[in-house]
Amino acid sequence: MSTISRDEVAHLAKLARLAVTEDELDLFAGQLDVILDAVAKVSEVATDDVPPTSHAVPLTNVFREDEVRPGLTQEQALSGAPAAEEGRFRVPRILGEEQ
Amino acid sequence: MTDVIRMTAAEVAAKIHAGELSAVEVTQAHLDRIAKVDDQIKAFLHVDAEGALETARKVDADIAAGKAPASPLAGVPLALKDVLTTEGVPTTCGSKTLEGWIPPYDSTVRRRLREADVVVLGKTNMDEFAMGSSTENSAFGPTHNPWDTTRVPGGSGGGSSASLAAFEAPLAIGTDTGGSIRQPAAVTGTVGVKPTYGSVSRYGLVAFSSSLDQAGPCARTVLDAALLHEIIAGHDPLDSTSINQPVPPVVEAAKQGMSGDLSGVRVGVVTEFQGEGYQPGVLRSFEAAVQQLRDLGAEIVEVSCPNFRYALPAYYLINPSECSSNLARFDAMRYGLRVGDDGTRSAEEVMSLSREAGFGAEVKRRIMIGTYALSAGYYDAYYGSAQKVRTLIIRDFEAAYQQVDVLVSPTTPTTAFKIGERIDDPMAMYVADLCTIPANLAGNAALSVPSGLSDDDGLPVGLQVMAPALADDRMYRVAAAYEQARDAAAGRTVLDQIPEL
Repeated sequence: MSTISRDEVAHLAKLARLAVTEDELDLFAGQLDVILDAVAKVSEVATDDVPPTSHAVPLTNVFREDEVRPGLTQEQALSGAPAAEEGRFRVPRILGEEQ
Repeated sequence: MTDVIRMTAAEVAAKIHAGELSAVEVTQAHLDRIAKVDDQIKAFLHVDAEGALETARKVDADIAAGKAPASPLAGVPLALKDVLTTEGVPTTCGSKTLEGWIPPYDSTVRRRLREADVVVLGKTNMDEFAMGSSTENSAFGPTHNPWDTTRVPGGSGGGSSASLAAFEAPLAIGTDTGGSIRQPAAVTGTVGVKPTYGSVSRYGLVAFSSSLDQAGPCARTVLDAALLHEIIAGHDPLDSTSINQPVPPVVEAAKQGMSGDLSGVRVGVVTEFQGEGYQPGVLRSFEAAVQQLRDLGAEIVEVSCPNFRYALPAYYLINPSECSSNLARFDAMRYGLRVGDDGTRSAEEVMSLSREAGFGAEVKRRIMIGTYALSAGYYDAYYGSAQKVRTLIIRDFEAAYQQVDVLVSPTTPTTAFKIGERIDDPMAMYVADLCTIPANLAGNAALSVPSGLSDDDGLPVGLQVMAPALADDRMYRVAAAYEQARDAAAGRTVLDQIPEL
């Protein structure tokens, strides 16, 4: 039985901001199905009495003194920008026609 | 005189520091080697000849002025995986998304290498954003295994492992999320170490799966790896998961191991990592290695870790989940590739088109699996269950380390496979990490040391040695003792048997 449909893969791609092609949808639907089927095996032993682990090392908040530290200059921060204007990142419009 | 490029890092360093060789001539010899063979190997994405020679000249000037070397490896060349940021030197992560990106800051690993006067020759090829086990997922083409150029050098750090086996560098840096240091080491006949999670700072390591990613040393001998380990490891306030404790004495442990005695050391053979699915020649090499450990005085016991069977599926949920979150940063706004910005499209459309154009198939697959595993309705069954398995694996390790000091297994189930053989079958590719993944999920230390050549195909096999968190020194001791016994028995090193390029 299929775990994931082509339509679901299209939805995932949209959520993940990937403008995938029709050919990719065909390919990925089959591959993701095989992978998800294999990894679903985790539910065999993941019983209610087992606590989850999110991190190998027990984590606590790490604080530092609230002091000014050197950071990137404006020029450095913009050095990798795909487009910059007047010392700022230039981005495409945020709102669509209907908004 | 032995050819400079075939010397160990320790030998090269001793000669440079004694004034018998100049750092510049050593660096130039490696740059010449790269120029000669890298067309066939393609280990490097970028060679920084000028930067390397500048560091080498500084080392020579210091020595001429009678100053003490900055570190035991000052003047020794190194190949750096292209996932660690380097100020002023391109960092691509093997992705079109970051093609041509020149970071405005250094990773902590690179800073430490600089401070130690280690000569960084350039940046090595890798599977895109470290996702893969063959280096075939690099947007810039695969790296070739120096043992047989039709085969993969492992992955994701195949450029680093291949550079060592091709004598392009005596040292390299890799990163290991599920085996990306150890598996490439195994299939190229080199040494690769994943230190305890949190030992080496992740600052400037382009994040893929943050709870698993760990940088570590790669070399041709265990001692060389230990020397590099001590340079790159240590607490870093810039990484909140960095462990604020002393680095275990790994150099001392390697030297202790080289004395050739493992009396009193308890070694556990993992029951679950043998048998079906393993290449017969790999298993025979592993059994011979275990016998050698026994001959060195180690006590060998078999240890069952039943939940290790669930490590691979758990990993391929946790890792894509973290990946999908981490790679959201590539939004085509502040840095990296942007396409389709024609003045009419919205930021969201440009973002989707850019990510589509910038990422390769494996990266897209993982992002989508992670998006699925984290989505409402599936979270408990997938990501939540995988986190529970992580607990079970940690418990298996804890129980095992009650009985033994270290655990051993083959590093990977087969020797190097052919380029192209697994590229269309993601699950077949994932199985290459079967034995290496548990140590990442638990955050333990683990390494791979060559156990000779497989008798069925003549290709290198790796012995994995795993140790508890912050007991990295134990595995160095065992691996160094084994390495010495292996070479004494064979009358030569494993890499002595590599064909000429």
